[in-house]
Formats: sequence, structure tokens, C-alpha cells
Amino acid sequence: MRAVKILERVLITIPIMFGVAVVVFFFMRLTPGDPVDIMMGQAGAVSTGEIEQLRREFDLDKPLYMQLWLFLTKAVQGDLGYSYTQKRPVNELIFDRLPATIELAGGALFFSLVIAIPIGIISAVRQKSLVDQFSMAGAFLGTSMPSFWLGIILILLFAVRLGWLPVQGRITYGINLEYVTGFYVLDSLLGRNWPALVSSVKHLVLPSVSLGASVAAIVARVLRSSMVEILRQDYVTLARAKGNREFLVVMKHALRNALIPTVTVVGLQVGSLLGGNMIVESVFSWPGLGRLVVKAIFERDFPLVQGAVMIYAFTFVIANLIVDVLYTYLNPKITL
Amino acid sequence: MQGIVSGDNRFSRLVYVWRVRWKVRARNLAEFWRDLRGRPLALLGGVVVVLYILGAISAPYISPHSPTQGNLRYRLRPPAWQEGAEPGYYLGTDDQGRDLLTRIIFGARVSLLVGLLSVGISVAIGTALGALAGYYRGWLDQLLSRFADLLLAFPFLIFAIGMMTFLGPGFTNLIVALTFKGWVEFFRLVRGEMLAEKTKEYVEAAKVVGQRDWAIIASEVLPNIIQSVFVLGTLRMGFMIIMEASLSFLGLGIQPPTPAWGSMVSVGRDYMLTAWWVSTLPGIAILIMVLAINLFGEGLRDILDPRLRVE
Repeated sequence: MRAVKILERVLITIPIMFGVAVVVFFFMRLTPGDPVDIMMGQAGAVSTGEIEQLRREFDLDKPLYMQLWLFLTKAVQGDLGYSYTQKRPVNELIFDRLPATIELAGGALFFSLVIAIPIGIISAVRQKSLVDQFSMAGAFLGTSMPSFWLGIILILLFAVRLGWLPVQGRITYGINLEYVTGFYVLDSLLGRNWPALVSSVKHLVLPSVSLGASVAAIVARVLRSSMVEILRQDYVTLARAKGNREFLVVMKHALRNALIPTVTVVGLQVGSLLGGNMIVESVFSWPGLGRLVVKAIFERDFPLVQGAVMIYAFTFVIANLIVDVLYTYLNPKITL
Repeated sequence: MQGIVSGDNRFSRLVYVWRVRWKVRARNLAEFWRDLRGRPLALLGGVVVVLYILGAISAPYISPHSPTQGNLRYRLRPPAWQEGAEPGYYLGTDDQGRDLLTRIIFGARVSLLVGLLSVGISVAIGTALGALAGYYRGWLDQLLSRFADLLLAFPFLIFAIGMMTFLGPGFTNLIVALTFKGWVEFFRLVRGEMLAEKTKEYVEAAKVVGQRDWAIIASEVLPNIIQSVFVLGTLRMGFMIIMEASLSFLGLGIQPPTPAWGSMVSVGRDYMLTAWWVSTLPGIAILIMVLAINLFGEGLRDILDPRLRVE
């Protein structure tokens, strides 16, 4: 039964992804004029023959519904078009940059959970204590802070003033690392390359913190409020009455149920990780997808922006799918 | 029988109804004020927001310098408490020798205007469509709900960045991009509330009395929903302001030389090693404003709509 429900949930994502692709296609139509005009504007003097040829090449001579159809069928085959500026297929460009971006998002998620879960639990157990008030004030601050500014402040403090951590990049220049997966932390572990590991982890810290701070803040607040509610429930009192140790009661009986709303929130926050990604990557010159896109925006490399927006949206859709599936395991009562 | 519905009587009944309504309003307001005073942080947030608004309105009168004209002789001067400060430039100057304090005060105009307009338009569109979809159901509801689901499949900032790339930067486009996705939350809230309210007796009663649909929606149901909308709107304001700042930071929002906090932080990045204040101080302005709005918004929520509490 569960398998059927999960399959159903998976199938729902197909029309959503289709819709996403259509919306992204129409983004391109928002620009005044067509892409070829813009390219020509940059290229200088060109003949009308060349313009016509380019129009044909980009299918712009066909009616709109044909263009949409071609765009969709190509997208299904993994063909996201051709970058104007880099003269390479968009999907290649995106996949080259993806490991860096995933590493950063993973770092941010790791940081936010490692911070938020203990804080959420302790604040709920020791309600109104100094720890609780302090961390909830911190969480409030975290939700009100733009990530780009936090990144700059962290650089000023830890990189410029204290000199503990690097200002930008993924690894210190000159360190040799054999690239296997493209995830530097993983690659250096695989190759037992300790200097590279230290360097890549050090480079990862500040970007992860600035990207993960707002997520940590929200997760901590949600976990705290659901823990507070659950610790009042009868079954928790019962677990205590049976003589279980308090630690066990909190960690096993209460936390498991409190995690349910938390998982949903984490899923939704993947969206802010993806959006914040562009910002944080530009602050720290992190060579990932976000920075590629920001550069593409200014070079008006539309296919690249279009493809990347689509990939970001797909990632978000899939993240929410994973959360929903995870949900059924955390709480068997819920059917999708 | 005729005497009961005579014009005179009808009028006095109307007056009576309005007097009662007014009294209820006034009592609610007094109650609200009392609740707000019981929440010093929310009150503080509200006061700070009002100060920001006053500052933004009177920017040309209280600013010591011009927001766009700089004096290159005084470029990158530190704030008054640091050595080498230029007298009269309390928070220092930026790379073009413009007074940072002036630009921060003027920047409040952009942030507040974008926040108010994007949330206001989102509220208007979302509430209207949500009420219609929830009241009539049917194909309209199906269509709008599916479209809302589709928009929710995009992370907010990604969508806004995508749209701004193709629309091009600028104030109007910024509002368009933010509201294009912003209305969805209000739509879902109002639609859900409408579905719940519609089954209640007072709506039935209004129907029996022969009120028209639009009158039921506008004057019977909406007044019961509007508080939740107001609370959500306040809480979304801070978010929209951060979105605007993020877009301006990337160069996609408000264009220079108009002072916007996001782009000011961005400019300061180039001088991070020598002039920390250029990006730090506008960021603090964003932080305090959003913090104040959120404090006020959460207080408002606790008072007006405690059900929304668990996210």
C-alpha cells in the first residue's frame, strides 16, 4: 500500500515538472525583442542573412507552439540548448558546476542541522532558561538577516580580521588534488590527501554558515515549538512514569514525533538554500552553478539562465518529493 | 405590516447597526492596544518601523547631504568615531564620496516602497482570487489552484531572478516579479479560510435572506478573514524586503545611482579590506528594519491570530 502511495506521489511530479518547463520557456518571451537581436546587439555589424540563419538555428523562425514543443522535447532528452557566450551545451556547463554547488548546499544543510537540532531540543526542554532565550533571540536574528550581508560580515571577521579562514574559493591555490567526483572534500578523503582535506573544509566553512544560518534559525524555531507541544502530551508523561530516564524520554519518545513537522520545514528550506546559493556563491567566489548563472545574467546568455532556473526548480521539486516519502517512514499514519 | 419596514424605521435600524459596529471596533482597538502594550518587543518593533517610515518620508529634509552627488575628495572616509573621519559625514562616505548616512536614509524609501507595494498588490490579488476560488469552487478554483501549485514549485528567489533576467532591472519590473509569485501565499490562505467559513451558519443565513454572492463574500466573510491576511502580510513584508535587497545585491533590482541597501552592500564588497563600513552599515539598516517588522508581525500574530503560530 505504501509503495503504491509513493509511486502516486512520484507520478504527480511529472506534470509539475512539465509545467515548470513551460513557465521557464515563457520567461524567454518576456524580453523585448528576441535573443538574436540581443546577440547581434553585442556582436556589432552583421548581415541580415546571418541573422536569418541564427533565427533558424534557434528555431525562432517557427511559430510559438512549435518552439515550445521543440523546447520541451529537447529538454526531456536532456538538451537544454546552447550557451551563447561559452559556445558549449548548457547541460554540460551546468553539470560541470553542479558538484561545487551540491557540496556547498550539503555543507550548509549539515551546518544548519548540527546547530539547529541540539538548540531546538535544549530550548524546548529548558524552556524560558537563559539558553532558550538566548538561542531563540539568535534564531530570530538569523531569520531577519540577508545571507549576502552575513557572508560579508563573516569574511570581515574571520578572514580579514582574524585570518582563521580563507576569503574565497574552494581550495588553496597550488594544492594538488585528483578530481574524481568533483566534491573536493570527498576527493581528498578518497585520495587520503590530508592537506587538501583541511584546505577544502576550511574553504567550505564560511559559505556554509552564511547559506545555512537562516535555515538553522527556522529549523530551530520549528523544532522547539513542536518539542514543547509534544513534551506536554500524555504519552510522554507515561514514558516518564514508567521510569525511563529523562534523556531517553526526550530523545526517543518526544524527538521522533517532533521531527515530523521539522522535516517538512527542512524540505521547504531547500528552496532558500537553492536561491541563497546564487548569492552566497557570488559573495565567496565559489565556482558553482550560482556564480555561473549570475555571470550568464549579465552576459545575457539566456539559454544558460533558462536551463539553470529549470534545474534549480527541478531540484526543489525532487527535494520536496524526498521529504514527502521520508514522511511516510517517520509517521506511518500519514498517507500521501 | 407596512409600518415595520417603513423608511424611517429602516434608517434608524441602519444607524443602530453601525453604532454597534463602531462600538465593537473601538473596543477591539482598545483591546488590541492593551495586548500590544503587554508585548514590549512587538511594540518596540512597531515603533522602529514607524521611525523608518517617518525617516523615509522626510528623507530630503533630514539628510545632511545629497544621496547621489558625491565629493571625490572625501571618498571612503570612515565613520565619525574612527580616525580620519570627515566632519559632517557621521557614517563615513562611499567610493564616490557620497554620505553613507544620507544614502541609508534614502535607501529606506526603496525598501519600504518595494515591501509595501509588493505585499499590498499580492494581498489584493491573492485575497480576491482566493475568495472567488474558495466561494465558487469549480473550474476557476481548479485553474487557479494548479497555477498556484506550479508557482510553488519554484524557489522564490530563483523565480524572481529568472523573471528579472528576462524583464530587465528596474522598479516596476521588480514589483512585477515579486508579486507574480507573492500572491500565491495569500491566495492559499484566503481560499482555505473561505472554504471553512462558507459552511458556517451565518453564510447560510445571509443566503436565505437573499444577499447576493458578492455581498456575502465582501461584507460577510472577508471581514472574518482579513485579520489573518493582515498578519501574514506583515510577516511577508520583511521577506520581500530581503528579496529586493538580494536582487539589488546581484544587480538585478534597483539600479544605481538610486540608493538601495542591497546594491550599496554590493558596492562595498570591492572595498572590504580597506573600508568595512561601506557594506556593513547598509546591511545593518536592512537587519534592523526586517527585525523590527518581524517582531511587530509576530506580536500581531499572537494577538490577532494565534492559530497561525505553528509554522
